[in-house]
Amino acid sequence: MNIKTLFFGITTDFVGASEIQIDVAENTSIKDFKAVLKKKYSQLEKINSYAIAVNEEYATDDVILKNGDVVAVIPPVSGG
Amino acid sequence: MQRTSIKITSEKLDLQECYRFVEDASCGGISAFIGTVRNDTQGKEVTQLDFSTYKPMAIKEMQKIADVTLQKFDIKKIAIHHAEGMLQIGDIPVIITVSSKHRKAAFLACEFAIDTLKETVPIWKKEHFSDGEIWVNAHP
Repeated sequence: MNIKTLFFGITTDFVGASEIQIDVAENTSIKDFKAVLKKKYSQLEKINSYAIAVNEEYATDDVILKNGDVVAVIPPVSGG
Repeated sequence: MQRTSIKITSEKLDLQECYRFVEDASCGGISAFIGTVRNDTQGKEVTQLDFSTYKPMAIKEMQKIADVTLQKFDIKKIAIHHAEGMLQIGDIPVIITVSSKHRKAAFLACEFAIDTLKETVPIWKKEHFSDGEIWVNAHP
């Protein structure tokens, strides 16, 4: 299934786009998804940590992606 | 009665609006945190700051902070407004106002809200210098 994936902050620069479709298998967890990202975009290793949001909510590694989910890659935030 | 006011805007933030929203006859005080764009970071001159947001999620996270702050402290109302886009030195990226019956709760709630915002709300700032630019916090 294709997962719409949004990038923000410094990760937009790494990926060169703010939105891409990533093809993953059914029952892919966030942990698996991060591994796919790491393989596809090795520059992500340049930042210590990033969070993942699914459908505008922070998601833990064990969350399973469903068809139609929108994933966001959230680098360390710096608002305020 | 609406007890929270949440906003992300590319227009200039309005302190009067945040103040008026939290005003309440039952309250003995209002505290405000006003963020301002500083002209240097670690000794290097900053020329401007560019704020980008994941707006729908940022609004949700700001609403959560307002709701949790209302539960956690004995306060009446809270406003959390954040700017997006390019800001100049001295501009205001964030305003938080809180009203409460007694002052202590308003001070504590204001601090809690800004501290939490800086940890959880998906907003990013890029510092611009005369010789380049850098995403803040990206390489902690």
